[in-house]
Amino acid sequence: MNVLVYLLPMALGLGLTGLFAFLWSLRSGQYEDLDGAAIRVLDNDDLRTPADQLRLR
Amino acid sequence: MTKARTPDYSYFTRQGADGAASMELVVDGVHCGGCIGRIEKSLKAVEGISDVRLNFTSRRLTLVWSDPAFDPGEAIRLLERMGYHANPFKLQAGEDQEAVQSKFLLRCLAVAGFAAMNIMLLSVSVWSGNVTDITPETRDLFHWLSAAIALPAAAYAGRPFFQSAWNALKVRQVNMDVPISLGILLALGMSLYETIHHAEHAYFDSAVMLIFFLLCGRVLDQIMRRRTRAVAGNLAALKADTAHRLMDNGEVVQIPAAALRIDDRILVRAGDRIAADGTVVSGHAQLDESLISGETMLHKAEAGRPVYAGSINLDGTLTVRVTATGENTFVDDIDRLLDKAVHARSRYVQLSDRIARGYAPMVHSAAALTFIGWMLAGQSTHDAIIAAISVLIITCPCALALAIPAVQVVAASKLFRSGVFLNSGDAIERLAETDIVIFDKTGTLTLPEPHVVNAADIDPAILALAGRLALASRHPLARAVAAAQPSLSPLEDVTEEHGRGVRAIVDGAEARLGSASFCAVDVPPALFERYPGASLIAFRHGAQHAVFFVNQALRPDAAKTVQALAQLGLDIRILSGDRAKPVEQVASSLGLTQWQAGLTPADKVAIVDDLKAEGRKVLMVGDGLNDAPSLAAANVSISPISAADLSQAQADAVFLGKSLTPILTTILTARHARRVMRQNLWLAIVYNVIAVPVAMAGLITPLIAAAAMSASSILVTLNALCARGRKEAISSSHEPASAVPVLRSA
Repeated sequence: MNVLVYLLPMALGLGLTGLFAFLWSLRSGQYEDLDGAAIRVLDNDDLRTPADQLRLR
Repeated sequence: MTKARTPDYSYFTRQGADGAASMELVVDGVHCGGCIGRIEKSLKAVEGISDVRLNFTSRRLTLVWSDPAFDPGEAIRLLERMGYHANPFKLQAGEDQEAVQSKFLLRCLAVAGFAAMNIMLLSVSVWSGNVTDITPETRDLFHWLSAAIALPAAAYAGRPFFQSAWNALKVRQVNMDVPISLGILLALGMSLYETIHHAEHAYFDSAVMLIFFLLCGRVLDQIMRRRTRAVAGNLAALKADTAHRLMDNGEVVQIPAAALRIDDRILVRAGDRIAADGTVVSGHAQLDESLISGETMLHKAEAGRPVYAGSINLDGTLTVRVTATGENTFVDDIDRLLDKAVHARSRYVQLSDRIARGYAPMVHSAAALTFIGWMLAGQSTHDAIIAAISVLIITCPCALALAIPAVQVVAASKLFRSGVFLNSGDAIERLAETDIVIFDKTGTLTLPEPHVVNAADIDPAILALAGRLALASRHPLARAVAAAQPSLSPLEDVTEEHGRGVRAIVDGAEARLGSASFCAVDVPPALFERYPGASLIAFRHGAQHAVFFVNQALRPDAAKTVQALAQLGLDIRILSGDRAKPVEQVASSLGLTQWQAGLTPADKVAIVDDLKAEGRKVLMVGDGLNDAPSLAAANVSISPISAADLSQAQADAVFLGKSLTPILTTILTARHARRVMRQNLWLAIVYNVIAVPVAMAGLITPLIAAAAMSASSILVTLNALCARGRKEAISSSHEPASAVPVLRSA
C-alpha cells in the first residue's frame, strides 16, 4: 500500500513530462517541416568555422 | 514611353514589428537535402538579408531583411541563376486558419493521449484488483485519481466535438458529434456519480479513449486537407500572373496581378495573358478567348472593347484600363449563374450526416426502452439508469465516426500521389455515384496549349529548323512550333519583324517563319479543309517551305481514357462553347456520338440541371470560365490545373499534367473508397447489433466497454488502410510535376 505513495506521483509525473515535452515541441515549431528536419540533421556544414561554434555554445 | 520594367514586390512584403521585412517565396526545383544548404547559404551571403529559412516539406522559403533599401528581386534572380524558379507568395487567410486549427487539434490529441494512458494504468489496476484483493479504499482512490485526470482532460480535448455538436444543435440539426458528445458526457457523469457512491465500476477510461481515437481521425483528416491546400497554394503562386502597370510618368512596372486596382492602366504585349478584366484604351490585337468562352476562334480587340482576364494576346500591344480585379474578374451573368448553382450544391447531405440523422434517434430510443424495460421488470431506478446509460456509452458512434473519414483520408492521399487534389472530402462519395461524365472540349479534352497538328506530315529536319527559329519569338503560334520538337538549341542573330514573323540566315540561306505572305508560301485551299479552325504559320528556308497548322490538340490519352470510362458503364458527353465543326471533329476522333456545340454557360447549366432532374449523377469536367457555373451545378466536378481560377475554385478536384488518366483514376479510387466505406459501416453496424443487446441486458462492465470500443475502432481503421495497398487497375501515367512537393504518404 505504502508503495503507492511514491509510485502514483512518479507515474503521473512521467506522463506529464511527456505531455509538456510534446506541447513544447509543438509550440517551438518542430512539426512545421518534418521532411526538412530529417535532412538538416545530416548537414554538418554549420559547424565549420570557430565563430559559428562559439555562437552555438 | 516604355522605359525600365522594374518588378514591384511590396504586395508580398510583410513588415515585422522590429523594422525587419519578410517575404514568402515558393521555390520550384528543390529536390534533395543538398538544395537546402545551397539555397540558404548563398542567400545568407547576400548583403541585406538577415535570415533565410527553407521549409523542405512545403517548398517555401522565408526571407527576412532589415535594410529597407534591399530589393527582394535580387534574391529571386540569384535563385533563378542557381536553377531554382521562385515566385513570391502571399499566404491565404484560409491556410493560416488551418495551421492554427491543426495545432489546436494536436494539442487536444496530446492531452487526450496522456489522459487515456494514465487512466488506463489506474483502470487496469482496478480491474485486476477487483478479481483479487483490492481494498475499497484503494479502489476509491484510483477512481478519484481517474476523475481528476479525466474531467479536465475531456473538457480540454473534447472541445472539437462539443463545439461541433453545439453548432449543429443551435440550428436544430443532428450530426455525428451529437451522439458522441452525449456519450462522452454521460459516461463521465455516471462515472463521477458511481465514484462518489463507492461503486466497483467507473467508465473514465472509455470516455477518454473515445476522445483519443476520434481525435486521431480528425488530425489525419486535417493533415490531408492542409497538404492539399499547400500544394494548391504553391501551384497558384508558381503560375501567378503578373501585369505590367503603366505609371503616370510613362514608366512600366511589373506587379502581381493580385495587386492591380481598378482604373489602373496595364500594358499587354504579344504573348501575354491579360491579368484583369478591363476595357481597351488603345492598340489592336487578336485575342484567344478560349479560356473564357471555350471558343477557339480568335477575336479582334480594339479601343473601347471589353477584354477578360485569362485571354491571351496573340499579336500587337494593348493598353487596357482595369475595370474589375481579383475575385470579381468575371462576367456578370456567370456570376449570377454561379450563385444559383452553388446554392443548389449545398443541399447535398454527406453520407455520415445522413447516417447520423437516423442513428441518433435510434440509439436514444434504445436507451429509453432499456430504462422502461428494467423499471417494468421491477429493478431499482438506479440500476435501470445505469443500464440505459451503458447502452448510450457502448453505442457511442466511435467506429461510425471513423468509418467514413478514415477511408476519405486514405483515398485522398492515394489521389494526391497520382496528381489529383480534392477540394472537399465528401467529393469522394459524390464521385463514386457518378453515372454520366460531361466533358468540356477546349482545354479539357484538348491540351491548354496549342500544338502543331500536322507535324507528322512534315520533314523532321524542316520541323527542327523551324523550331529553332521559333524559339526566338514569344508569339503563341511560334511557341507551338518550338514545342513540336524537344530539346532544340536557339539560332543566333534572329530578327523579329513585328506582326509578320522572324528570320535568320542559316547555312547561307535565309530562313523565315511567320505569316504566309512573309514567307511567300501559297497555301492550297484543300489544306484548310483538312484542318478546320486551325491557325496557320508558314516557314521557308531557301527553296524548302512548309505550312504548320496550329490548333488545340487532344490530350495524348484522351481516347484511351474516354474508352475506359465508357467501359465502366459511364455515359459520356461533350458540351462545348466552341463552334460545331471542331467539336464534331473531337467527338468523332474519340468515338463519341453525344455532343453539343455553341453552348452558352446558361445552356450548359440547363443541360446539367435537366440531367440531374432525371436522377442522373453528373460529373462535369471543365476548365473555362464559361464552365464555372456548370462545374458548380453538377453533382461533382473536376478541373485541370490549367483552368481559370474561378473554375478551379468551383471544382471538387483539380488534376495535374497533360494526361486525362487522372479522371479515370479518380473515379476508380472513389468507387473503391465507397465500397470500403460501406464495409466499414457494416462492421460498425455488426458491432452495434452484438453490443447493444449485451448493454440492454445490463451486462456491460467497463472492461467490456473499453475493449469493444477500441476493437471496433481499430478494425474499421485497419479496413480503411487496406484501401491504400490495392494495386490500381490502370497504371497512372502522369508526368511528375516538379512544382509540387515530393508526394509522399501521410
